[in-house]
Amino acid sequence: MNMLKIENLHARVEGKEILKGLNLTVNAGEVHAIMGPNGAGKSTLGNVLCGREGYEVTAGTVIYNGIDLLALDPEARAAAGVFLAFQYPVEIPGVNNTYFLRAAFNAQRKARGEKEFDSMQFLKLVREKLKVMQISDELLHRAVNEGFSGGEKKRNEIFQMAVLEPQLAILDETDSGLDIDALKQVAQGVNTLRSPERAFLMITHYQRLLDYVVPDFVHVLADGRIVESGDKSLALKLEEQGYAGIAERRPAGASA
Amino acid sequence: MNQPATLPLVNALLDSPLPSSGIDWLDAARQENREAFAAGGLPDTRLEAWKYTTLRALSQRRFANGDAHAQAREVDASTLVLPGVAGPRLVFVNGQFRVDLSAIDTLPDGLTLQPLSQALQGDAEPLRFALSRSASIRHVRDASDAFERINAASANDGVVLRLAANQKITVPVQLVFIGAATESDLAWHARNVIELGEHAELSLVEQHISSGEPSYLATLVSDIELREGAVLHHTLLQNTAVTASLIRRSNLRLHARSHATLHVLELGGALVRHDLQAELIGDEAQLDTRGVFMPHGRQHIDTQLAIRHQALNTQSSSNWRGVANDRARGVFRGAMVVASGADGSDASLSNKNLLLSPSAEIDTKPELEIYADEVKAAHGATVGQLDERALFYLRSRGIPLADARALLTTAFCRAVLDDLPNETLREHLSELLIAQLPN
Repeated sequence: MNMLKIENLHARVEGKEILKGLNLTVNAGEVHAIMGPNGAGKSTLGNVLCGREGYEVTAGTVIYNGIDLLALDPEARAAAGVFLAFQYPVEIPGVNNTYFLRAAFNAQRKARGEKEFDSMQFLKLVREKLKVMQISDELLHRAVNEGFSGGEKKRNEIFQMAVLEPQLAILDETDSGLDIDALKQVAQGVNTLRSPERAFLMITHYQRLLDYVVPDFVHVLADGRIVESGDKSLALKLEEQGYAGIAERRPAGASA
Repeated sequence: MNQPATLPLVNALLDSPLPSSGIDWLDAARQENREAFAAGGLPDTRLEAWKYTTLRALSQRRFANGDAHAQAREVDASTLVLPGVAGPRLVFVNGQFRVDLSAIDTLPDGLTLQPLSQALQGDAEPLRFALSRSASIRHVRDASDAFERINAASANDGVVLRLAANQKITVPVQLVFIGAATESDLAWHARNVIELGEHAELSLVEQHISSGEPSYLATLVSDIELREGAVLHHTLLQNTAVTASLIRRSNLRLHARSHATLHVLELGGALVRHDLQAELIGDEAQLDTRGVFMPHGRQHIDTQLAIRHQALNTQSSSNWRGVANDRARGVFRGAMVVASGADGSDASLSNKNLLLSPSAEIDTKPELEIYADEVKAAHGATVGQLDERALFYLRSRGIPLADARALLTTAFCRAVLDDLPNETLREHLSELLIAQLPN
């Protein structure tokens, strides 16, 4: 069974059709990169998969581990193992980062009928996960993302992912706004989390992240559809030729 | 409400005989206040201070004045227990002192803590200034002070607390006002006089609760005076039944270099009004007020803050949060005056509000008047809703919607409790906040 099967997905934002018949299949253990020009619908795909309000699905299906993902509330999708690393992580004043993460972790466990962790157990887990993605003690004790630098926010996203251990991780432009050192750290965190049970969907504008997290598949998203798919060499080709060439070669209506 | 005598509430309150103290000046003051109440009646919404709080419904009700059976009302003693608070305790039920529920057998050195009813049986002279002050009524037709008048006329019990100079008391003193169920709608009153001597230091926890779901109108008037260099931490928890109406006035006077910190949590009540009037009369006096009001259902909670800076280099900071749910109404007015001569003063006020339902309403009004030089002043007020992006962020991590809303709302309120020094009490208050949230 495929982990994720998206068929003919159409979605609107504020009345405007953004996704226009997107097809994509992802299996456990695979890393897929979704590339494409600005406005192609990359972030819309991530938000639709996570159930953000304001993204209206008008046609198509998304089957995740055999269930209709679109029928679930955002929190239920999270509990089922879907995780979105935000392009712009939200600052939440007054909510302690560690407290928030434990609340999320336990809410997911509760939803799955698993026993919740007490604070000692959770602290132990946090220490372990700090090996995957190093963030400072100080950030753990601050309010969620409040006053974090761009790099700290992205690292915090990957740290959350390490703790929550999703099956399907969607990284929305996680590389944007990072300097090369921060990019390497984030990529290393992602690589550590790669496993045969877990799949990644990496949404990115640039090829640069893919130097460090090598994808199994690369897809080009243009005008709301996947217009070309290939292996990592496709990303290099895009880097050379730009998106304009791709879009021209593929007539509207084609799907990968 | 032009014809006060025709209002059932006014009639009912005037119906009962005045308590007789046997003290000439006090009986005269009571009589004078009663007459002023009869003449002035109740305030209406044409008065700026009552613009958003109508007494229309309340004025049509009849409340019997005073509870003849206050001593016999059953109260679950466990409701008096507050985590982090285990000091001397004074308890009043329906406005009357209850020795059986109080704990004043052993008091720290320098602390006088007794019910007003007892204090008046001894030497009442030290109370004369406070208890006859409100009788100095100039504008008898002005209804602004209606509840202070009826309180002055009718209250025959309350707290008398004095702390001698230089005494520092570490255990918090607990004052509890309980409204207990009665056979018919009841009005009761309490009058508190609190004074901290020079450089004295005290923590005070004031609690307003109910026993059962009683229907009553309570008025409470407190005078709090801090002599030079005195320090007061005052925590006020109002968690009465949603059938109760509670009208309180606190008059604070801060002498030189004294410092009062007030934390207020307004959770309960049907109609709740608190007028907090503070005068910073000595140089470098400091007042910090923090508060959360959180009406839900059809509750109406109104806080009126009036702070007057009257001396050099005085400081006040006020940080209040309001959260209204369902069809509830919150009202906040923060008026700061820096009087002529209060140069170098620093006054700041912030009131942020959250509406959790489309039918909820919060009216907020910061006011600032400055008549002095080199003053630092800032004020701001906002009314908004929960941040949708933050809600989605929390949900995307697996936190259910109701929990996510509770988490954000609590965080919103908590900021104003953060500097409450009693950590156990602070945690308890946070839990009460959470318990008040939907679901």
